[in-house]
Amino acid sequence: MIQLIPIYVLWLREMKKFFRMKSRIIGMLTMPFFMLVFLGLGFRRAEIPGLSGSMDYIQFLVPGMVGMTILFSSSFTGVSILMDRQFGFLKEIMVAPVSRLSIVIGRIIGGGFTSVMQGCVILLFSLFLGFQLFDIVIAPMAIIFMILISICFISLGLICASYMKDVHGFTMIMNLIVYPIFLLSGALFPISNLPEFVRVFSYGSPLTYGVDGLRGLLSGHSDLPLIVDFFVLVLVAFASVSVAAYAFKKSQI
Amino acid sequence: MEAIITRNLMKQFGSLIAVDNVSFSVNQGEIFGLLGPNGAGKTTIINMLITLLCPDSGFASINGYSICSDMDYIRRQIGVIFQDPSLDVNLTARENLDFHGMMYGMSFSDRKTRISEILEILELSDRADDMVENFSGGMKRRLEIGRGLMHSPKVLFLDEPTLGLDAQTRRRIWDYIRKLNQQFLITVIITTHYLEEADFLCDRVAIIDHGSIVALDTPDNLKNVIGGDILILECGEYLHHVLTLLNGTFEIIDMKTDESRLILTLDSAEKKIPQIISFLQENRIGVFSVSLKKPSLEEVFLYYTGRSIREEKGSMSSHMHAMMARRMRQ
Repeated sequence: MIQLIPIYVLWLREMKKFFRMKSRIIGMLTMPFFMLVFLGLGFRRAEIPGLSGSMDYIQFLVPGMVGMTILFSSSFTGVSILMDRQFGFLKEIMVAPVSRLSIVIGRIIGGGFTSVMQGCVILLFSLFLGFQLFDIVIAPMAIIFMILISICFISLGLICASYMKDVHGFTMIMNLIVYPIFLLSGALFPISNLPEFVRVFSYGSPLTYGVDGLRGLLSGHSDLPLIVDFFVLVLVAFASVSVAAYAFKKSQI
Repeated sequence: MEAIITRNLMKQFGSLIAVDNVSFSVNQGEIFGLLGPNGAGKTTIINMLITLLCPDSGFASINGYSICSDMDYIRRQIGVIFQDPSLDVNLTARENLDFHGMMYGMSFSDRKTRISEILEILELSDRADDMVENFSGGMKRRLEIGRGLMHSPKVLFLDEPTLGLDAQTRRRIWDYIRKLNQQFLITVIITTHYLEEADFLCDRVAIIDHGSIVALDTPDNLKNVIGGDILILECGEYLHHVLTLLNGTFEIIDMKTDESRLILTLDSAEKKIPQIISFLQENRIGVFSVSLKKPSLEEVFLYYTGRSIREEKGSMSSHMHAMMARRMRQ
């Protein structure tokens, strides 16, 4: 059962809190910002094997950084669930006449909005660093990919948060999962450079398809057909939301 | 008319039996207290009644709806103030109330009038648009109670509402709870380990120890069980001499001694103090100090939880210790 008003309330709450916590926004954007600047400038002249012909490294890097921004901000939405549990607000929601599925959806939409906004900020910023959009008309479709990536990883955060009771354990587990996902995704270098047995893991992670899709739409080059990237992401998003809803329902207060 | 009925509620966590065969009913418009030490099972009982936990066996209903099958209905009917703070401190007082109202499906105009009404009662109108993180402990607690009332619940659950608050704030919150109970005819269930809180507020009190109810009655009836006032005399080394002297006089119900004190149980003790002292002086025994205790729930509690009056001093100080420790943590 999906109730729209509670979903709206959870979204609105997330928005208000997001814009009030300036330090959180800055903290979330600093890392992709620095990586973009220093990797973009540092490898400007490097010959990177596997990069298709005339492609500049910055054209390759920017979609990866957008994907990374969304990966990190989405995964750590789980922290806000844990905060709510720790500070008791979760109980207040749990005794309200609201279905558990609506709570999960409200969370995903709230977290997704903030993540996609951050991704867009990084993209806009990259334009000043000399990034050139492949096609101004199809570039906005990248937002669909951003949304799908963020749904996948918010759900992952929710699943972890359902089984974890404290923030420290959560951060550790998330680091163990999130960093490998990021490094394997081909955000920094073409995954064709990886040895065969490592590449298998790359194709096991949804971010790889997300970054590939974003690269196709923003820079005009993707390893896989866009439609494949799209369907893999939709499938993973759907599955992870279902698991998250189930895990959340089972979790004790 | 009964607002809440529970029959043989059981809840087990692993090998620990948290709630053991608990049955009681609460009348509409009543303030009902669950009194017991920390870890007695009060919060578990509340968590079952507010649909956060399902009992292992037994039955409970609120206004005739079962807590295990009609959760959605019950959630609409009840307001809950949790033991631990549950406000969103990064929102303003008004936003906390407004979001709560929206969650419960209240219309915009309903919310608006209700918020100003509640802020008025709680005397928080002037702080409505301040962030909750800047509120004092007592203000937060008041706001939480107000939030629990936003959707005009029929039954209000308060889990340790004054835990960790200073005496003055506690007194104010008691007055609010009384006022709300009378003004809106809300049935109130309150858990507490402050005996004076149960005594002051509750129409009826259930004393809970180790997961089961050991006594259930009005505070006055419970106090009558003790049967008489307690008079404590200090009269030096002549203790046993005094004991034999007083035996069979002044309608004394019970006499005990500890190291240096004589503990008497008797009716209307305050009238007998002068007589007892002059009687002892006639017998050349000096009295150094006299103290009188009217029976309170404190004595009732010790009586039912199996600890005798003699141990009162020790157990009360360890009780205070536990309270202090809790306060320090907050």
